[in-house]
Amino acid sequence: MLELVIFSTLNGVLYGMLLFLLASGLTLIFSMMGVLNFAHASFYMLGAYFGFQLSQWLNFWTALIVAPVLVGLIGAGVERWGLRTVHKWGHVAELLFTFGLAFVIEELVQMVWGKLPVDYRVPPLLDFPAFELFGTTYPAFRMFMLLISVAIFLVLLMVLTRSRIGLIIQAALSHPNMVAMLGHNVPKVFMLVFGCGCGLAAIAGVIAGPALVTQPSMAHVLGPILFVVVVFGGLGSLPGAFIASLLIGLIQTFAIAINYSLGDALASLGMARPLQGVLSDLWQVTVAQIGPVVPYLMLVLILVFRPTGLMGTRES
Amino acid sequence: MAITTMTKPASLPLDLAKRYGIWILAAAVMIVLPKIFTSGAALTTMCLMGIMIVFSLSYNMLLGQTGMLSFGHAVYYGLGGFLAVHAMNTIAADRLPIPLPLLPLAGGAMGLLFGIIFGAVSTRRAGTVFAMISLGLGELIASLSLILRGFFGGEEGITANRTKMLTLFGVRFGPQIEVYYLIAAWCFVCIIAMFAFTRTPLGRMCNAVRENPERAEFVGYSTQMVRFIAFCIAGFFAGIAGGLAAINFELMNAVNISGAQSGVVLLMAYIGGVGHFFGPIMGAVLVTLLQVMLSDITGAWMLYFGLIFIMMVMFAPGGMAGLIMLHLPLWQRGTLLRVLPHYAVMAVPCAMGLAGLVLLIEAAHHQLVKAASDGPAMKLAGFAFASNAAPPWIVAAALLGAGLWLGRRWAPRLTAAFAEAAR
Repeated sequence: MLELVIFSTLNGVLYGMLLFLLASGLTLIFSMMGVLNFAHASFYMLGAYFGFQLSQWLNFWTALIVAPVLVGLIGAGVERWGLRTVHKWGHVAELLFTFGLAFVIEELVQMVWGKLPVDYRVPPLLDFPAFELFGTTYPAFRMFMLLISVAIFLVLLMVLTRSRIGLIIQAALSHPNMVAMLGHNVPKVFMLVFGCGCGLAAIAGVIAGPALVTQPSMAHVLGPILFVVVVFGGLGSLPGAFIASLLIGLIQTFAIAINYSLGDALASLGMARPLQGVLSDLWQVTVAQIGPVVPYLMLVLILVFRPTGLMGTRES
Repeated sequence: MAITTMTKPASLPLDLAKRYGIWILAAAVMIVLPKIFTSGAALTTMCLMGIMIVFSLSYNMLLGQTGMLSFGHAVYYGLGGFLAVHAMNTIAADRLPIPLPLLPLAGGAMGLLFGIIFGAVSTRRAGTVFAMISLGLGELIASLSLILRGFFGGEEGITANRTKMLTLFGVRFGPQIEVYYLIAAWCFVCIIAMFAFTRTPLGRMCNAVRENPERAEFVGYSTQMVRFIAFCIAGFFAGIAGGLAAINFELMNAVNISGAQSGVVLLMAYIGGVGHFFGPIMGAVLVTLLQVMLSDITGAWMLYFGLIFIMMVMFAPGGMAGLIMLHLPLWQRGTLLRVLPHYAVMAVPCAMGLAGLVLLIEAAHHQLVKAASDGPAMKLAGFAFASNAAPPWIVAAALLGAGLWLGRRWAPRLTAAFAEAAR
């Protein structure tokens, strides 16, 4: 039991930190531009595939630096020549533009790298067990992932709170119009934030690619979860996104480890199962199976009862 | 309208023809179509079109009419379809005296029921919050569809047999043509019902809630109630579309209720144009046609699909219907002819850019996907070339570049000519 708790906590925190790498960019983009970027997880996927390709051609460490830069440039280009054109049609059009973009990126990735998962391996330097606990080993690469995501989290925190551009971004989070009035080149800041957000997502992709599976559906799987994190934490709130990332990371990891169903719960209370027929499956569903559903349930519940999210101040 | 008919009774038949002519024409087209396109593939495509017209119109009731962007509309389509499949099986097993043509109503009832349940929680807010709730609910039901195997049948889905039901007037709905007429009849009725809804005071209030919710509140309407009712009705018609799909395919599976299906209906409605009633009809027809035809012609059809959507969002947010309606004033003023030469001129860079893009995508697709097994030799529009040689790539890049450059250069002249004609 202790073994399960320790490993699930480690994995949960790791998954949560990865989510935060993505969610931080997404929530920054949303709060500044009002655009919920549907393609954000697609940039994460691009990061993973670029990382795979570059580590084939060169090596993993170069890929870790170059892939996020490339993806960041692509993101900035998308903002400059895509989103900015759509901006005049309003937020729905912007949202739909990123929706279409996610579609196109997935198709392009399928075309270039195929529909099957690619063989993106952990770099040999980190391919050893970090420590052993209760007879189970924990891979060093996972510790490395944790390290990288914590480091980036700290850098992000420093940039946002200590640097001038960070102050402008923070100001633009809460008072976008006022920042424009003060004479800052808001479109340029938008492009910068969009590019950096995409770059952050790409870093997550490069380090998550070898540990999780690098395949064309990875964006599609992660995208909705990302929205859950951002909305649950509160739109435009970085601390909220951080808490929500960790929460969802932990919930999902722990749920997978628990093999207990509603039927078992009833049985332990000594009750019969009331529903039969086509809905009788309801009693056999285990917590592990429910795991992927929980985030969406959380999303719906928080939006119904507290539309501003955990720590947010605005609804849209 | 009422005054003209009273003062000029002689024009009454003309008035009626003007009012109902379009519907009579639509019915005639639906009846005649299978006599013109008799092949099995065409019939299947037309059946699919009918289903998708109902589905995308029901979607537009949310997006176009009430201004609610939903990412989970397939939930009501899928649930309606699943209930219809189960109903078909139950009716066949118990020999209940219910004929097949009434079955879409069961789907509609299911759509309505879940529209009421989910609408109650999701329509309290508009805008982004509504969009996110719909996304969450959509993903929730899509995930549940893989867990609750009894109702949803897991990955392989639930099958049924439509011919095992009570037969009326000797029609057993075995052959596809009989199913086509069933779908066409339902489609026709649904189109009329949904059009009629846009003309009711409630339908107008939906528009008001979309345009300016604050003022709608001031007039004394509850915007939440208006959104809720629109949501329920949209769920009902989506359920009917699902029921029709269940009859047509005799199968429902997890794909029908997934986020991908919600995405497709959004694409259809938007490409067709959400601002006008006939937009989603055009979108459903075109997108279904593209799905069937493009997938035969090219392996990269999904990519084209996405690119068309992005182009539409970027340059024609009103969709096809918006483009058509943009030219209506010119047509009425008789100045449309003055713009046409400019369109002819613009067609040149457009064609060049399009040819370059298609060549680029096709060559890339061949080189990346097919070259490993079939070799680099490929054919496009009658030209044979190798996808690993430089010339096709240079030609493609040159065409695309020249098209973009000329297009940007000449676009202001077209805009000026259009403004001149519209004045």
